[in-house]
Amino acid sequence: MRLWLPPVLLAVLLCGLSAGMPALEPLFHWVQPDKQQVIYERESFLFLLQNHLLLVLISAAVGTLVAVAGGIFATRPSGRDFLPLVSQVASIGQTFPPVAVLALAVPVLGFGEAPILVALMLYGLLPILRNTLAGLEGISPAVKEAARGMGMSPLQVLVRAELPLAGRVILAGIRTSVTINIATAAIGSTIGARTLGDPVIAGLVNGNTAYVLQGAILIGLLALATDSLFEALERTWDRRFSPQVAV
Amino acid sequence: MIELKHVTRRFGPTVAVDNINLTIETGEVCVLVGSSGCGKSTTLRMINRLLPHSEGEILVDGEDITTMNAEQLRLNMGYVIQGTGLFPHWTVARNIAMVPQLLKWPRDRIDARVHELMTLLDLDPATHANKYPQQLSGGQAQRVGVARALAADPNILLMDEPFGALDAITRENLQLEMLRIQKQVRKTTVFVTHDIDEALKLATRIAVMDQGRIIQHDTPENILRRPASEFVENLVGKQDRGLKLMSLRPVRQLMQAHPAPKRPEPGAEGLKEEDNLRLALSVMLWQGAEQVPVFNARGEETGVITRERLIQEGA
Repeated sequence: MRLWLPPVLLAVLLCGLSAGMPALEPLFHWVQPDKQQVIYERESFLFLLQNHLLLVLISAAVGTLVAVAGGIFATRPSGRDFLPLVSQVASIGQTFPPVAVLALAVPVLGFGEAPILVALMLYGLLPILRNTLAGLEGISPAVKEAARGMGMSPLQVLVRAELPLAGRVILAGIRTSVTINIATAAIGSTIGARTLGDPVIAGLVNGNTAYVLQGAILIGLLALATDSLFEALERTWDRRFSPQVAV
Repeated sequence: MIELKHVTRRFGPTVAVDNINLTIETGEVCVLVGSSGCGKSTTLRMINRLLPHSEGEILVDGEDITTMNAEQLRLNMGYVIQGTGLFPHWTVARNIAMVPQLLKWPRDRIDARVHELMTLLDLDPATHANKYPQQLSGGQAQRVGVARALAADPNILLMDEPFGALDAITRENLQLEMLRIQKQVRKTTVFVTHDIDEALKLATRIAVMDQGRIIQHDTPENILRRPASEFVENLVGKQDRGLKLMSLRPVRQLMQAHPAPKRPEPGAEGLKEEDNLRLALSVMLWQGAEQVPVFNARGEETGVITRERLIQEGA
């Protein structure tokens, strides 16, 4: 149970801070003494947090599905030919800046949540894809050979051996992807998506450091909470599927 | 029974297995022996359809394997490989239970079978059943590999250099274990190795392979006495043949039996009936003795073996 304590504490802190930000007004006055208004009030922090989280969750879910499916396909005998292509795309895609994806998506999808969702999906897909490939390729050929030779069907080999053995690496890929996307989602505020990036952008435009701080702190806390959640998940996975590490 | 008829396997332009004919009788151990790349592993992997054959027919108990479901075919063939291929995320017991689980045996039958096999392979169920493969020594892991292959009591056992990665002492132990288990379960076994001594020790018949062809398929004794070509002669070791022949025959065959078993003198050292003649010679050379007593399994002296008889008739 101690495993789950840090993510729960961080989540409580995050929600508490989102709801109770006005209580910290004196502190932000001290940071930004020349402004009348130091607490961002155009939108409630809780709403922004919820929207931010929703964007990340949807993109992570779609990204995971597509990337894991793609990784599995590229490592099957029928998809082997695509393996070099897929793994190159996974590597090159990482170097493509998310802002560029946004700039390209806006003319097609317009302003709002849609273009940032597309950018997050594409961008979040890549670390998961790369790790799925690494995880599946990293399994000892002897294990797969024995499994096939003992009479397992390809699907049984995948479900009973390959995915449990590659799962830890895939999970690490999802962790990287989600953490990056929590930061990237904030950029969505520049094209009209409602995220925790809103106070940051507003603060930058108005020269109000207090706004910037409020947005940045919440984004940082969200990233920390999510990361510690994945830490707990990975530990749980280890206990379940690679007990030799935990023993 | 496994029959290979005019079987050929090509990888692109190269011919890995070239038109071979091989019949493996039920209950015999056929050892495919040859140097790396001679096609012995390819031949083995064609029998369970891990590799499709390019030409010819492979029949298992008279049925063409290409007409069977590949998974069904393999479920009835135990498969042991050099790297063991045990699932690292499963316990020893679960690894052994793999095929019975695929066959959907009831839980208590699986448990009983796992227990029985671990005992057969000299693994203590109490200490090893819940260990993971990484916690085992190489020899123990390969015992688990063999137990897993035997789990659903298949008719056929395919073994691809199973003891190749083990140290000499462990390998020797497992070979003896193999012989003991084979006596009990009588599986039709195809065993691949590059070690001619291992082949001579385990085989009912040996198929010597070179460049995708079977050069000679015969009993170990005939391979040693009448090698079909210079290649086979070199493989078995031309000048080493005498001793190798001796190691094929047990002491029992050449000893002068006493009329009745008698109690051994206290502290007497000797041979067991199933020890081979080569060992007998070695003991004589070491002890400088003209004759050595032979004991049966109960420790009674059943006869003696003399140096004269050994030299005259040993090989």
